[in-house]
Amino acid sequence: MSVGFFTILLTFIVATLRATTPLLLAALGGVFSERSGVVNIALEGIMLSGAWAGAYFSFISGSAWIGLLGAVGVGVIMAGLHAVASIKYYADQVVSGTAINLLAVGFTEFMLNRVWGQAGGSPEVASLPNIFGLNLMIYVAFILAFVSWVALYRTPWGLRLRSVGEHPLAADTLGINVYKMRYAGVLLSGVMGGLAGASLSIGLLSRFVDGMSAGKGFIALAAMIFGKWHPLGAVGATLLFGASQSLSTIFQLMGIQGIPTQFFNMFPYVLTMLILAGFVGRSVAPAADGVPYRKTN
Amino acid sequence: MPESNWKAGLRAVAIPVLATIVGLVVGILCIVIAGKDPVLAAKAFVRAVAGEPRMFGNVLVSTIPLIFTGLAVAFAYRAGLFNIGVEGQYLMAQIATVVVGVWWIPPQGLEWLHPIAALGAGAVAGAIWGGIVGFLKAWKGVHEVINSIMMNWIALFTADWLLKYYLRPDNSRAASYDLQPTAWLSQGLIEGSRLHTGIWIALGTAVVVWIILFKTPLGYEIRAVGYSPGAAEYGGISVARALIITMAISGAIAGMAGSVQTMGLNHRFNETSALLGYGFDGIAVALVGRLHPAGVVLAALLFGALQASSGLMQAMAGVPKSVVSIVQAVVIFFVAAEGLWSFLQRRRAAKKEVTTA
Repeated sequence: MSVGFFTILLTFIVATLRATTPLLLAALGGVFSERSGVVNIALEGIMLSGAWAGAYFSFISGSAWIGLLGAVGVGVIMAGLHAVASIKYYADQVVSGTAINLLAVGFTEFMLNRVWGQAGGSPEVASLPNIFGLNLMIYVAFILAFVSWVALYRTPWGLRLRSVGEHPLAADTLGINVYKMRYAGVLLSGVMGGLAGASLSIGLLSRFVDGMSAGKGFIALAAMIFGKWHPLGAVGATLLFGASQSLSTIFQLMGIQGIPTQFFNMFPYVLTMLILAGFVGRSVAPAADGVPYRKTN
Repeated sequence: MPESNWKAGLRAVAIPVLATIVGLVVGILCIVIAGKDPVLAAKAFVRAVAGEPRMFGNVLVSTIPLIFTGLAVAFAYRAGLFNIGVEGQYLMAQIATVVVGVWWIPPQGLEWLHPIAALGAGAVAGAIWGGIVGFLKAWKGVHEVINSIMMNWIALFTADWLLKYYLRPDNSRAASYDLQPTAWLSQGLIEGSRLHTGIWIALGTAVVVWIILFKTPLGYEIRAVGYSPGAAEYGGISVARALIITMAISGAIAGMAGSVQTMGLNHRFNETSALLGYGFDGIAVALVGRLHPAGVVLAALLFGALQASSGLMQAMAGVPKSVVSIVQAVVIFFVAAEGLWSFLQRRRAAKKEVTTA
């Protein structure tokens, strides 16, 4: 073996943290949305538009910080569309999410062409700084996971948000504004999804690449389920999925062959199906997840 | 006062038509924002759709997979199931069709069996891929949407693995072996276009789906389960059985989309590193078609025309192809946001109450 053990270990850890970051941020977004009772398969699209916006605003301002703000803003707008359709107009949340995902693909391609006059990707833009060799967004993701846990499980606000996802009628009876809490949940998923996108385009890279979310939003969705709709569970799940992604790279580095990389790629999805079926632990969604709330009076 | 039948029918048609109009308006706005001429784009569209017979043939080529995927989504939706897994079923069917189309050599005189076998293999693969989701829902109560999404990605990587390890002659080729010509669907229904006999299979499938849904006990059960699983169970229908069968049939229809595409158009499985959105197209078609086989065929024609014309609109009027995705997304969005339209309906209903009172 030509490469030293510690070099490989360090490469593996860094690669895992990098792969985990966008997944974790998006998964946290999913936790907020679904804990409030709104299924959010739009994470993929929110992340993609956030990635585009991060690069775009960084490009026109020359500042990655403005890019970060722009990513969050556009993430919130995309999530806002999903929120209005599914909360106010009782849309099927899966259909609405699908529309958002499709819109994000069209929108980012359209703007790529419009702004930079090219397909494929943006030119290089300013990116967020590294701290001790690791990108800022890596720290942000883990700190936000902790903050999300405190917010959801250690504050009255968090209790309210979770109550409208479990039993909206009961929450309503207690004077909690179900719609307001659900908007908060979905819009927060826009913030997180936007950050996840920014971590791709102006965090780990310094450009937008067409279709760069590449299914990460769906892996994040799987991680959210695997992590039992819990912020700290999401940390564990995304670390596991991130590690499985970087393992294939490490195996190549170590010259281990014979295990097709596709197996590593499908691992998160297979594991999620197994846990949902109850073969590996058990994971149960919030009771009112995906059910539009219609106030009757 | 009960509403007359045609009025209810009109209302059912009104929503997708209005949503489509909103979508097209947004599309025109996009064209204007892109600094292109919408009139020129419209001319390009008309030319691409009806300029020459072969161009209409190409519209139908784009329509064929949309009819299948739209039917697959609509069929499952009738049982209250959201089959977002069409994409994965499509991919696995393509793999199965390639295996039968490449390696099975039909005996002399029985060459006509080859396309049937290849199509059947695809339908079975799709049925299994969809049936697993239905089975897990019936057995363990796992939501079909989550599992369908997982199965899509598992299909993508499974197909990629099979292609790279077993289905291609050498590593430099980004596609599987070619199907034997005996397994091809014949082209040339319209001269100069690649329109193939898959169009008849698609239309035939639409008729069969209509018969199953509305003229058989199974269809009655499926619709009863979609309407109210609890009531259906109480009425003696096995909901679990209906869920599994529905997902399997839906998967089979989605699989036929992949098979027909492979046998009629590509004649091989092309390497793909991303999901191409056939499933999402199917969702749009099913919703705009109001989950009715006839509506699905019409909606497929609409989206087929949009897709087929995107090339010429780009060449003639500089319209970016992404506009088609945007239009499709807006249409889905506005069909889905039912509250938006029921607001109009409620107001109309309220007015009627006042006048009758």
